[in-house]
Amino acid sequence: MKYISEYRNPAVAKKLIEEIKEFSKKPVNFMEVCGTHTVSISKSGIRQVLPEHVSLLSGPGCPVCVTANRDIDKAIAIAERSDVIFTTFGDMMKVPGSYSNLAEKKADGADIRVVYSTFDALKIAKNNPDRKVVFFAVGFETTAPTIALSILEAQKRDIENYFIYSVHKLVPPAMAALLSLGEVKLDGFICPGHVSVVIGSKPYEFIAKDYKIPCVITGFEPIDILQSISMLVKQVENGEAKVEIGYKRGVSSLGNTKAQEVMKKVFEVCDAEWRGIGVIPESGLSLRTNFEGFDASKIFDVDVPPTKEPVGCSCGEILRGVKLPCDCKLFGKACTPENPVGPCMVSTEGSCAAYYRYGEVADGV
Amino acid sequence: MCLAVPGKVVRLKDSDMADVEIGGIETEVGLQLVSDVKIGEYVLVHAGYAINKIDEEGAKEMMKLFEEIQELDEIAKLSENDEIY
Ligand code: SF4
Repeated sequence: MKYISEYRNPAVAKKLIEEIKEFSKKPVNFMEVCGTHTVSISKSGIRQVLPEHVSLLSGPGCPVCVTANRDIDKAIAIAERSDVIFTTFGDMMKVPGSYSNLAEKKADGADIRVVYSTFDALKIAKNNPDRKVVFFAVGFETTAPTIALSILEAQKRDIENYFIYSVHKLVPPAMAALLSLGEVKLDGFICPGHVSVVIGSKPYEFIAKDYKIPCVITGFEPIDILQSISMLVKQVENGEAKVEIGYKRGVSSLGNTKAQEVMKKVFEVCDAEWRGIGVIPESGLSLRTNFEGFDASKIFDVDVPPTKEPVGCSCGEILRGVKLPCDCKLFGKACTPENPVGPCMVSTEGSCAAYYRYGEVADGV
Repeated sequence: MCLAVPGKVVRLKDSDMADVEIGGIETEVGLQLVSDVKIGEYVLVHAGYAINKIDEEGAKEMMKLFEEIQELDEIAKLSENDEIY
């Protein structure tokens, strides 16, 4: 799978690679902030076909991986209550908190149910009026509108036993936070396609303007990603920094305004804690005061012991682009997808899992 | 987990719901986040909701991609299991 001849359109791929080789003079680090891009890059072996001085780093692009330990611990504490049915997307089940994970608690008898959408969670709430149904609201801007809708729906249908525990995160503030930290030299961002379907290209503009960093929004095919790299290289070499859209299918500069309205109606922007990064100002979403009654973090006053990170796990550094998965001592040894130590190996879109699955062990970037 | 998949609207139902065909399987999807969706049109589906409309060409390209990813996964699994390599 590591050969361009296996790309869907090898001629176009070849042309893009040649273009990148021709234009690119300066050594650059580009970061993708989307787990699906990370998977696609690893799967198609893009790193191996790029010139040596063009490096791709994986950023905090997976909502599962960036969920703070404290939030997972609190979610687990809520899930353990006998009056609660805890509902979650499947991705969160095995993500380790400080002391356990949801899957283990379920095995121990807690009523934890995997749902595909908030529809399912609402249905469970309606069918179990004597229980409190809590939905673990994890996700970036792609998912937040769907969860906001469930709150409006619960309100409309007087479902009073439905709550969410919101750990929503916003992508652009995290990109800015990484630039402000200044730990890694970043020369461009490959922006997430499906987050951008909702938010459009505008929210990235301050990154280009204030930080002078080029941004390109792109899709998930190897060709899309190669094209975005070529666009980034051209911007860098021309001394430009602007936001470009390479993903024409579905992304506009304004995004999905209807989805944004729903999101704004229900949520307000708040500071949020990211695993490995810490608190990033205005990077999360919490329920507005008039929806407080649905807020599990206010309704359930759970106390959790101090958090602790898995010993030896470098997820934090990996999420910041400071380390590569293969720099972690446990990678592929004590930590594998079958026996994951940290969240970056649990989630299929986590960097460690993507690198492991597609054999990017020693060659790095 | 931000992946959205393309699907074709096959039936419009009450309260902003629709049956959408995704990879040959019909699923119930919420249309509350999109406007004026008609039968036969394509939408991007994420966590049970259409998050945008998409043109047919784009949808077909993306579907191909997902099929391909599945195929690649199969190949990857085969070679993983193959002790000789
Ligand atoms: S390989 Fe495992 S232990 Fe190491 S950083 Fe990744 S998830 Fe953590």
